[in-house]
Amino acid sequence: MKRLLSTFALAGAMGLSAFSAQAATKLEQVKSKGFVQCGVSQGLPGFSNPNDKGEWSGLDVEFCRAVAAAIFGDPTKVKFTPLSAKDRFTALQSGDIDILSRNTTWTITRDTSLGLNFTGVTYYDGQGFMIRKDKKVNSALELSGASVCTQTGTTTEQNLADYFRANNMTYEVIAFATNDEVVKAYDAGRCDVLTTDRSGLAGERLKLTNPDDHIVLPEIISKEPLGPVVAHGDDQWFDIVKWVLYAQLIAEELGVDSKNVDEQQKTAINPEIKRLLGTEGKYGEGMGIGNDWGYLIIKHVGNYGEMYDRTVGPDTPLKLSRGLNALWNKGGIQYGMPVR
Amino acid sequence: MTDLAGPVGGRAKSSFINDPKVRSIGLQLIALVVVVFLGWSFTENARDNLAAQKIATGFGFLDNTAGFGINQTLIPYSETSTYGRAFVVGLLNTLLVAVVGIILATIIGFLVGIGRLSKNFVVRTISTVYVEVLRNLPPLFQILFWYLAVLSAMPGPRNSISLFGEVFISNRGIIIPRPLFGDGAGIVVWAIGLAIFLAILFRHWAASRQEETGRYLPVLRINLGLLIGLPLLAMIVTGFPITFEVPELKGFNFVGGIQVIPEFVALTVALATYTAAFIAENVRSGIQSVSHGQTEAAHSLGLRHAQTLRLVIIPQAMRVIIPPLTSQYLNLTKNSSLAVGIGYPDLVAVFAGTALNQTGQAIEIIAITMGVYLLLSIITATVMNAYNKRVALVER
Ligand SMILES: N[C@@H](CCC(=O)N[C@@H](CS)C(=O)NCC(=O)O)C(=O)O
Repeated sequence: MKRLLSTFALAGAMGLSAFSAQAATKLEQVKSKGFVQCGVSQGLPGFSNPNDKGEWSGLDVEFCRAVAAAIFGDPTKVKFTPLSAKDRFTALQSGDIDILSRNTTWTITRDTSLGLNFTGVTYYDGQGFMIRKDKKVNSALELSGASVCTQTGTTTEQNLADYFRANNMTYEVIAFATNDEVVKAYDAGRCDVLTTDRSGLAGERLKLTNPDDHIVLPEIISKEPLGPVVAHGDDQWFDIVKWVLYAQLIAEELGVDSKNVDEQQKTAINPEIKRLLGTEGKYGEGMGIGNDWGYLIIKHVGNYGEMYDRTVGPDTPLKLSRGLNALWNKGGIQYGMPVR
Repeated sequence: MTDLAGPVGGRAKSSFINDPKVRSIGLQLIALVVVVFLGWSFTENARDNLAAQKIATGFGFLDNTAGFGINQTLIPYSETSTYGRAFVVGLLNTLLVAVVGIILATIIGFLVGIGRLSKNFVVRTISTVYVEVLRNLPPLFQILFWYLAVLSAMPGPRNSISLFGEVFISNRGIIIPRPLFGDGAGIVVWAIGLAIFLAILFRHWAASRQEETGRYLPVLRINLGLLIGLPLLAMIVTGFPITFEVPELKGFNFVGGIQVIPEFVALTVALATYTAAFIAENVRSGIQSVSHGQTEAAHSLGLRHAQTLRLVIIPQAMRVIIPPLTSQYLNLTKNSSLAVGIGYPDLVAVFAGTALNQTGQAIEIIAITMGVYLLLSIITATVMNAYNKRVALVER
């Protein structure tokens, strides 16, 4: 239903709006309504999931809070729209949401023919398989003939087909519209295997009746760079969302975090820290936001490492080590562009 | 319009602009031009805007490789097939649920509807409870119930329930033997066709004979014999060319045989039982609309109760039953799109779900999908209307 409505909205917007008329910029729209509308998942622990208090939490959620902090100086000025995998892009194209921050894989089709732009990678991931321990399977290459549950509208569906085809194995795929149904069907034994991003498996495992009865197989069958997405046509907005992540990465690299940021703002002598926190230069101006944008992000949400550790890191139920998501100088590939 | 033509013709000559007929056609033409123009400029404008945002448009994607798997395909399909073929696979899966669901719903609906008027207390109560419960629970809830409740009660494939070692029931669905057609199987298929044809012919002949002479033939019994006997004879003559491939457990699942997936079973059963509750109500009100005098008249002619129902009441009740029956059939077809909820690969799940997401062509795909449902509705309605015309009361 939601998809039908946003498709109509999309068709309406495209058919009725005067061609290339210059409407208000996204930033102006966001400022005048007073909040950022952020598309998230319908519930994936660690990424975007309502916590016991009913507040949205997770890495993707915190990223949207960081954007709100940069613009408004207030991380609570966000409204969340839960979206299933298959409804997410239409919601962005039709303007229902300002940012899509929903463990979305950056692929060429999505980047070049959906009218969207990926602003960066908040989590480098890959697809994996989860299976019941009592099936006594140790490798994905032993899965021929298996029934596999997955979610529609994901890269997962296609990677699955590719992997089994490439390895000359047969399979039966059962694709559900929402994550909840995938987990229930897997739990009920409809399928032998559940497949999705490995970070997703870590999150979904927590929803199973007996999480310890299941293992994640060692094979990683794809690259899944997950990141925030904005709609084409507003470069300023694209820049803002892109630089929020860079600011968080640079802060971690420079050792600036939410606890020491006030101190650093007053006393830092490193010019890069001063530029990031807005005490030197006017780096917010180019994006149409305050020059203390970097300070506000770190103050209210924190640097990338803090955000990671709070939501998916080793001390959370997901227990995901940094791996590829460590900074480039710590053995990973996360790399923030210079503030200069 | 034709009504207006009469008086106009008789009126004195005046400017043809004042001719109501000409006027009405003129106005309709103008309205048509306006609608077409609006539609055209809407489409053009949308195309320009989509192009400006670099959102792909057009129907070329239908020839691209789909690259995803589907677990129930009535025609050959693989990951290397096109989106166009995936569309057909999804459409056929929708039609399968619709057709099987409609047949089941009609049978259950008629039985329950008649049961509600039964003199037997138990039958009447069961029928009433059936209608009240099933009619008042949301269909999606019922589908999920059938799916999850029944699914989790089923054993895994390794412990599946076996019927005579030929049919296996597990949480992977029902696996039945697959018929393999050897040499001479064609003759058997022809024999089946011939038997059906002869049975229909015989029924017509028996009916007209009864009308003329009043003599009654046990049509059902003779036809049943025909339908079983002729194919059996063909089988014997050709030396049993049709064999069955019995499913066999290998690794995770059964290999061989035909798998009836649990998603199909849950969806079809849920929709059929749900829709049957409404059909039962239509049948009941249809029967009640036939005046009691008809029953009395039939009884006084010596017809037994079942005969009265079959020959006198139901045919008259049909006139009342059919129009709402049509909308129940349409509802069932449309409700089949709730399939996404349980992962049944219908048109909406496969095409407006996976294909839409992979190509991102929301406007085109939603338009095609809505067009298909519209077409299905129109076809169903047309067929039912034609049938309605046939059974309608011919006023004399
Ligand atoms: N990264 C993949 C998969 C994303 C995805 O939707 N994953 C599922 C399974 S982990 C999910 O997040 N479901 C949560 C929900 O639907 O609410 C993609 O972008 O296509």
